Amino acid sequence: MLRLILVASDPSKILLPLFTESCPAGFPSPAQDYVEAELDLNEYCISRPSSTFFVRALGNSMTDIGLHSGDLMIVDKAERPKHGDIVIAEIEGEFTVKRLLLTPRPALQAMNPAFPTLYPIPEQLEIFGVVTAFVHKTRGGE
Amino acid sequence: MFALADVNSFYASCEKVFRPDLRSKAVVVLSNNDGCVIARSQEAKRLGIKMGVPWFQLKAMQFAEPVISFSSNYELYASMSNRVMSHLEELAPRVEQYSIDEMFLDIRGIDNCIDFEDFGRKLRKHVKSGTGLTIGVGMGPTKTLAKSAQWASKEWPQFGGVLALTQGNRQRTEKMLSLQPVEEIWGMGRRISKKLNAMGILTALQLSHANPTFIRKNFNVVLERTVRELNGESCISLEEAPPPKQQIVCSRSFWERITTYDAMRQAVCQYAERAAEKLREERQYCRHIAVFIKSSPFAINEPYYSNMASEKLHTPTKDTRDIIAAAMKALDCIWQDGHRYAKAGIMLNDFTPTGVSQLNLFDEVQPRVHSEELMKVLDGINQSGLGKVWFAGRGIAPEWKMKREMLSPAYTTCWDEIPHARIT
Repeated sequence: MLRLILVASDPSKILLPLFTESCPAGFPSPAQDYVEAELDLNEYCISRPSSTFFVRALGNSMTDIGLHSGDLMIVDKAERPKHGDIVIAEIEGEFTVKRLLLTPRPALQAMNPAFPTLYPIPEQLEIFGVVTAFVHKTRGGE
Repeated sequence: MFALADVNSFYASCEKVFRPDLRSKAVVVLSNNDGCVIARSQEAKRLGIKMGVPWFQLKAMQFAEPVISFSSNYELYASMSNRVMSHLEELAPRVEQYSIDEMFLDIRGIDNCIDFEDFGRKLRKHVKSGTGLTIGVGMGPTKTLAKSAQWASKEWPQFGGVLALTQGNRQRTEKMLSLQPVEEIWGMGRRISKKLNAMGILTALQLSHANPTFIRKNFNVVLERTVRELNGESCISLEEAPPPKQQIVCSRSFWERITTYDAMRQAVCQYAERAAEKLREERQYCRHIAVFIKSSPFAINEPYYSNMASEKLHTPTKDTRDIIAAAMKALDCIWQDGHRYAKAGIMLNDFTPTGVSQLNLFDEVQPRVHSEELMKVLDGINQSGLGKVWFAGRGIAPEWKMKREMLSPAYTTCWDEIPHARIT
């Protein structure tokens, strides 16, 4: 009598996990579990990337706030200008850096005593954006 | 509900953002190679400057006020377009970039919190404050109706750039559609609108009353969908991820006319290289390669010549060498001496995601060995920014550059070109 022995229709499988991480022979880094993302200067300076523009400052330095010619200004266009903000104002078809004063009446104050404070008509006062930070390089380049 | 946000005079407006001296000036932007007008500011439209006017004609015209022209600065426009997109994404849950200056938004359920038109005005204010660009917003239960609403919001200034056509107010929708000519409907081609006009269908309202079955029989399923969409039945959904490309075109007008075969060969070879590079960026293989060449249709006393030829490959490829070889074969079929060629281009079609195909026993063309690796090295060098390598068929001249004589700075993408502000 022939007995037909069927091959198991569902051979059991053993799944072995594949460790993709390499296993160095030396002592594992004790800091491995504590790695975090490096600090990012963008994150520090820019809160709204989509409305932030970079603008280069040129001309006389605003020494009292430490802004020098050639510095890189970080300008947020969506920021609502407040009293005392450093702003990029549009004056006679040019971008200019001024301090904005809202009281007692709107004024664009020059940082340099050689220039007068301007009192634009409020409706005609065009502000491109608020300077939220600036970067001054101390070596090389500019 | 869908909303369509579109930036007013997008290219011209981008040029104005960083130029306070141009705030109320007439500004136009020219096409590639400074060919013709492709964008106009409000002031330029008022002067009667039409779309598509060749630059040489515009230059000779006299206007009551100065017209400032710019070459197209795609670096700037792409950057500003992304910024507009991010602003919309901050307020709407799902946004589809439809073109560089138009975005569809999913605004379902927003009316539970805020009136649709108030929301539209909010979008407008948000984009304006962050980018300096003004958008128009049209809203409707379907994409086609949103586009119609956006058209109307531009046509009638009293809407203030925002218009919502809601299902609840069908009367208002019908009133608006009765004023919209069929050729202004979303996706309507000139030929189809002419045929509709001949049948007495002149306005969007009349089209919406047409029988969809009749339309499908006499036209096509696309127009049937338009009819249904005009009646508020949404047939076209929001596509957040762009569908994979079905075609790659690389074509350019020449800076000066090409008359010799060698020069043309070099130009076509260069486009073939660029197209192959794009193909690999898309991770696709192609089987169909077409080349076209043409002389200028504007040239006086010269016969106009334009022709196209194509090559079909046995196996799909993404190897630059195969694409150049096929392009050269196609070029040889259509080249004629004696013409002053103004434009040439290459088109890749018939894409597959893999290079696998059934090989034929008698195939002469065998797949190239190590093609993948070679192309990887090639792209790696060319994208490194350190230098370029190219095929000798292109000649030894450096890469041909677009003519952009009135190009504005790349204000947002290049450190050396960012705007300046004077400290005073």
